[in-house]
Amino acid sequence: MIRSLPNTRSYTLGFKLYVALFFVFLFAPLFVTCVLAFNDSQFPALPWKGFTLEWFTADLPERVGIFHDSLNLSAIQVSFKVAFWVSIFSTLVGTCGAFLFEQENFRFKQALYFLMLAPLVVPGVILGISILLFANTLGMFFENTLSMDVPLFRPGFWLVVLGQFSFISTLVTLVVSARLKKFDRSLEEAALNLGATRLQVIWHITLKFLRPAIIGAFAVAFLMSFENFNTTLFLVGSQTTLPITLYLQVRDGSTPVINAVSFLLIVGTSLLAVINLSFSRKKE
Amino acid sequence: MNAARARITLPFLIFVTPVLMWLFLLIVLPHIDLLLMSFRIEDDAGATVWSLVNYLNFFDEPVYWRTFTRTAVYAILTTMITFAVSLPVAFYITKVVSPRFSGFLSLLLLMPFWVSELVRVYGWMILLRESGVINHFLLKAGLLQRPVEMLYNDVTMVMGLVYTSMLFMVVPLISVLESLDDSLIEAAYDLGGNVFSIVTRIIIPHAMPGIVSGGIVVFMLTLGNYLTPNLIGGKNSLWFTEQIYNQFIASFNWNQGAAFGFLLLILSSSIIWIGLKLTRQKLSQVVQ
Repeated sequence: MIRSLPNTRSYTLGFKLYVALFFVFLFAPLFVTCVLAFNDSQFPALPWKGFTLEWFTADLPERVGIFHDSLNLSAIQVSFKVAFWVSIFSTLVGTCGAFLFEQENFRFKQALYFLMLAPLVVPGVILGISILLFANTLGMFFENTLSMDVPLFRPGFWLVVLGQFSFISTLVTLVVSARLKKFDRSLEEAALNLGATRLQVIWHITLKFLRPAIIGAFAVAFLMSFENFNTTLFLVGSQTTLPITLYLQVRDGSTPVINAVSFLLIVGTSLLAVINLSFSRKKE
Repeated sequence: MNAARARITLPFLIFVTPVLMWLFLLIVLPHIDLLLMSFRIEDDAGATVWSLVNYLNFFDEPVYWRTFTRTAVYAILTTMITFAVSLPVAFYITKVVSPRFSGFLSLLLLMPFWVSELVRVYGWMILLRESGVINHFLLKAGLLQRPVEMLYNDVTMVMGLVYTSMLFMVVPLISVLESLDDSLIEAAYDLGGNVFSIVTRIIIPHAMPGIVSGGIVVFMLTLGNYLTPNLIGGKNSLWFTEQIYNQFIASFNWNQGAAFGFLLLILSSSIIWIGLKLTRQKLSQVVQ
């Protein structure tokens, strides 16, 4: 049954086989995607026609590698910009949320806490359409009553940022709260007794303690934003993010350029995940 | 100290203002607007009036409510399959494999889920399609005479949905099973319990908070998924989010889309609520 109990050989072997199959299932699609990015063929399919880097570097009429593919390159750039702003905003607000729910007492705290959790159980599509509708309502209001045209209220870059921010902040709040729960509040009391103001205590002591969690939350927010699809789908304007651009290409047929982009994404996110993980391990 | 905290202090204002702005401007008001929009239509003269038509359309048109029920049933099925696939893996990692490997294995488990869902679905597409990698190998091995289209059917779609959201089941299961004391299983074994009774009477009751939290997230993500049903479920496997998308982007009937969105929201919250009641868990405990 478990390590400390005698197990039959067939039990152990069967279990090992199951877990091995599970990991094959887990990695097969990623592995195949990466391998076919280097196949010297016009289609992302077997047979293997030899190794090539052309799907990354070529700039030929029939074959444009990712480094020369302006459509995908600009989408990557947009995604980076969106992810940057989303992680800044959500880290700031999420940290405020963690302090609010861990260290403050006020009326309706329970109700507000519930509201803060809501984005976790609301499907991303619904968040997207509700923000789209609300922005449209506000936009119409400003146009009809004040005859002002506010670009923020039309689908576009900042609406995508706001849409992703609306649920990523909840995750940041939960991550930072988890660390704040472990904080020894006698450290704060000592500083207060020595004459520090509450804000000084937070700045010099509590935030120092929270730093690994905040950096970790920033990285997670960045990744979540970079790969978000559902909420973004309804809010994009002319500047599309990478997942949306890739989706439109995959839907209409695929070329190995998509494999090349996927390869870069897999390598990039894995590196970020490993760095983030080793960083948080060291701090523990 | 306590008396001072009850009053409104500067730090409190600094914390509460951005949080309130976030929750009210981006969560509460948009959802109220969604509800209001769903009860409005444009009449023949082009003016907007209150109406129940958007909801009546849903019940009148069989394709809408059939898609809705289909989505709900498949989302529940997906959640159950995800649980059944994940429990042995979580158990193996926490209790069976030698502790030296368990950290490495759980790290390995997380890796694919850092990658965008689109890339993972795309991977399945090039594996399973008619000109795909699996067909290539089956033909070479002589197991097939001609390639078979393995995409665009319900079995593949459910497999894709399970694959997409598995992490959100495995991680909470690993964390609850880590807290399960081995000596409970040893005691049950010494008293003559078999695998079945140990699983149903010790492991599952202990793992309940993890099962519920994993179940909620998997269910919600599956219900709201658009990519997987759209790309590998194919044309005839309609998913309710596709109906919402069609209303918003293709038909440009936002009021109808708002009604559909609200129905989906009611469906997801009520099933999550029933799940919590049946297992006697609280949402605030489950998300911890």
